[in-house]
Amino acid sequence: MATLKELAQVNERFVGGHRLCAGCGHGISVRMVLNALDNDEHVVVGCATGCLEVASTIYPYTAWNCSFIHNAFENAGATISGVEAAYKSLKKQGKIKEDIKFVAFGGDGGTYDIGLQSLSGAMERGHNMVYVCLDNGAYMNTGIQRSSATPLGADTTTSPAGTVVPGKQQPRKDLAAVMAAHNIPYVAQTAISSWQDVHKKAKKAFEVDGPAFINILSPCPRGWRYNTPDIVELVKIAVETRFWPLFEVENGKWKLNKKPKKYVPIEEFLKPQGRFRHLFAPGNEHIIKRIQEEVDQRWLALLERCGEKPELPPR
Amino acid sequence: MKNRVALTGNEAVAQAMRQINPDVVAAYPITPSTEVVQMFSSFVNNGKVDTEFVTVESEHSAMSATMGASAAGARAMTCTSSQGLAYMFEVVYVAASMRLPIVFPVANRALSAPINIHCDHSDAMGIKQSGVIQLFSENAQEAYDNMIQAIRIAEHPDVLLPVSVNYDGFITSHALDVLEILDDDTVKEFIGEYHPQEALLNVNEQLSMGNFDMYDYYFEHKYQQVAAMENAKRVIEEVGKEYAKISGRTYGLIEAYKLDDADMAIVVMNSAAGSAKGVCDELRAKGLKVGVLKPRAFRPFPHEAIVDALKGVKAVAVLDRAETFSTLGGPMFADVRTALYDLKADIKVVNYVYGLGGRDLRLEDVEQVYNDLGDIIKTGKVDKFVRYLGLRE
Repeated sequence: MATLKELAQVNERFVGGHRLCAGCGHGISVRMVLNALDNDEHVVVGCATGCLEVASTIYPYTAWNCSFIHNAFENAGATISGVEAAYKSLKKQGKIKEDIKFVAFGGDGGTYDIGLQSLSGAMERGHNMVYVCLDNGAYMNTGIQRSSATPLGADTTTSPAGTVVPGKQQPRKDLAAVMAAHNIPYVAQTAISSWQDVHKKAKKAFEVDGPAFINILSPCPRGWRYNTPDIVELVKIAVETRFWPLFEVENGKWKLNKKPKKYVPIEEFLKPQGRFRHLFAPGNEHIIKRIQEEVDQRWLALLERCGEKPELPPR
Repeated sequence: MKNRVALTGNEAVAQAMRQINPDVVAAYPITPSTEVVQMFSSFVNNGKVDTEFVTVESEHSAMSATMGASAAGARAMTCTSSQGLAYMFEVVYVAASMRLPIVFPVANRALSAPINIHCDHSDAMGIKQSGVIQLFSENAQEAYDNMIQAIRIAEHPDVLLPVSVNYDGFITSHALDVLEILDDDTVKEFIGEYHPQEALLNVNEQLSMGNFDMYDYYFEHKYQQVAAMENAKRVIEEVGKEYAKISGRTYGLIEAYKLDDADMAIVVMNSAAGSAKGVCDELRAKGLKVGVLKPRAFRPFPHEAIVDALKGVKAVAVLDRAETFSTLGGPMFADVRTALYDLKADIKVVNYVYGLGGRDLRLEDVEQVYNDLGDIIKTGKVDKFVRYLGLRE
C-alpha cells in the first residue's frame, strides 16, 4: 500500500483546469481511483455524459492526462467494452505490445438508470475493464432531478418537497448488489472519506482479470446543499450512519470493510444537507423513521451476506 | 481469380465481412439481417477471421461498442435492420460526428407499428441526415461489391465517415442469387491494412474524443462533416473505377439505364430498380423512350449526376419505399425534385410511394407508372403529385 507521500508523487491523470464546482466529489474520486495505477501504466478512460464529462473536456481543452473517450449518456459501458475488444484483437494479432487498462466513469443517472443495460451487458460479457459509478444521488448536471440512486425523502427538482408529497417516495436502488449478482470477479462500494479504502479497491479492480465495478459516494454541493469545505466530513458521516457501508465482493465472497463502533442515527447525515431540511419540519418525523428503518434493515442484510452476526451497532 | 457462386444477399454480405476480416464486430440479432451475425460468428469460432466478436445486449450497444473499437484504432463493423437501426439512431449520429470509418450493412425492413418484418426503406430513411454515407444495392452482387468498396470509401483520409450498405430485406437478403465473389487475397490487397491517423490505443499520444463543444467550435465541426460528404462523392467514384479493375464491374454515384434519349424516367433504389429495368426493356422493344435512374449513393445525394442524367427527359417518376408523412411525398422525391428545380426545364416530377411493409412491386405497377408519365407528357398536366402504388384505396 502506497503512503500519502508516495501518492503525492504520482503522475496525475486528471489534472487542474477542469470546471467542476468547488466541493464536488467527482474530481477527488477520479484522482483517487486513477492514482491507484502505477506511473508507467497505460490507461484509456471512458466517460458517460454528465458533469464530469462536460466540465473536463471543453473543446479545445481537456483535464485528462491520458486517452479519453466520451460517446453518449447511456453507453459508457458498451463504449469502453468496444475499446477493450479492439485491444484484445490487436494484441492477439501482435499489433500492440503494451499492456493497457480500461476504465469508465459514469454518474448515478448514467449508471443506475439509463446506462444500466449497457453496463450489465459489458459486465456479463467479461471484458477486462473497470466501471466506476460516481454516485451523487440525482441527475445533477441537468439540475438535480431524482434518479433511482436518490435517497428516500430527498428534495429534488422532480421529487420536490411539496405540501402533499414530501420529497422522493422510494429508497435507493442497491446497485452494488445488482452488480454482484453478475458474478463478476470484483465489486466494491467505497467513499472518499478513506483514501486508503478507495486506493486499495481501485488497485484490486485494475488488477483482477475481468470486469470490476466500484460505487463511490460523490457528494454534490448544489444538489445536497452542504457547506462545501465539509465534503469529506459528510462522507465520513454517511459511512458512520451506515447510509453508505464500505464493502467488497471478491469472486462472490462478500466482505465488510468498516463496522461503526456505535449506533449513529441517520439524522446526523440528513441534518447538514439542504435536500433533507423539510424532513425536520413537524409532521415529517415518520419519513426520518422510515429512512432509519431502511438503513438498519439493509445493514443487517449486508452483515448476513458478509457472514457477520446480523446486529446493529451498540447505541 | 473470380468465383461464380450461388448465395443469398446475407451470405454474400457475410462473405464480404469474412474477406474484410475486421478487428472487431459488435452485433445483435434482428430479422432480416440476423443470418449475417450468425454466419459471422461461425467464421469467428472456426478460426476463419481474426475478429474479436462482441455479442452485445442491444443495437444501441452494438454501435457504441463498434465506435469504441473504431476509436481505439481497430477496423470495426456492425450490422442491423429496422428497429435495430432505429434503436441505434442516437449513436449513428455520434459515430458520423466523431468521424469513425465504420462500415455496417443494413438489410432494409419496415419500422413498427404495426410490427412487420418485411422490406421497405423506412429504417434507412430515418438516418438520412445523420452524416452517414448510404449506399444502396440492387441485388446480392451489388451488396457484396458495395461492402468491399465501403471500406475504402469510409477510411479515405478525405472522408472518414461511417458507410451503411443497404440491401432489401428478404427480397435480397434471403433470395438465392448467382454472383461473382473475388478471391480473398484480391480483397485483402484492395482494402489494404488499416492504419488509423489517430487511435486511443496508441500509447505514444494522448487522444481526447467526444469532447464537449460549444457555440465557438460546434458549427465549424459540423461544416467539416459537410465537406467530408462533398469529398465522398469524388471518392465513391474513384473507388468505383478502381474496383472495376479487379472485378470488371464499374460503380459510380448513380446508374443511368437507357436514359440517353429517354422522354420518361423512373428513379428508384435497391431491388425495385431491377423490376423497373425489366419493364423498361419491354417498353423499349415497343418503341417507347423510357429509362431508369438508380441512385447508388443516397447520402451524399448525387444531385449533379442526377441532374445531368435527367436533363433531357420530359417526365420523371420518383419511387419511394418510405413515407415522410409530410403529405408532400417520399424522401427521395423531395431531393430529386429539389435537384431538378434549377434546371428550369419544366420537367414534370411525380412521386409514387410503393412497397411499404414488403408489398410486392408488380411489373404491371411499373408499367402503370410509365403509362402515367406518358399521359402527363401528352396532356402537359399533373393531377396528383403523390400517388400510392399497389395500395387498396
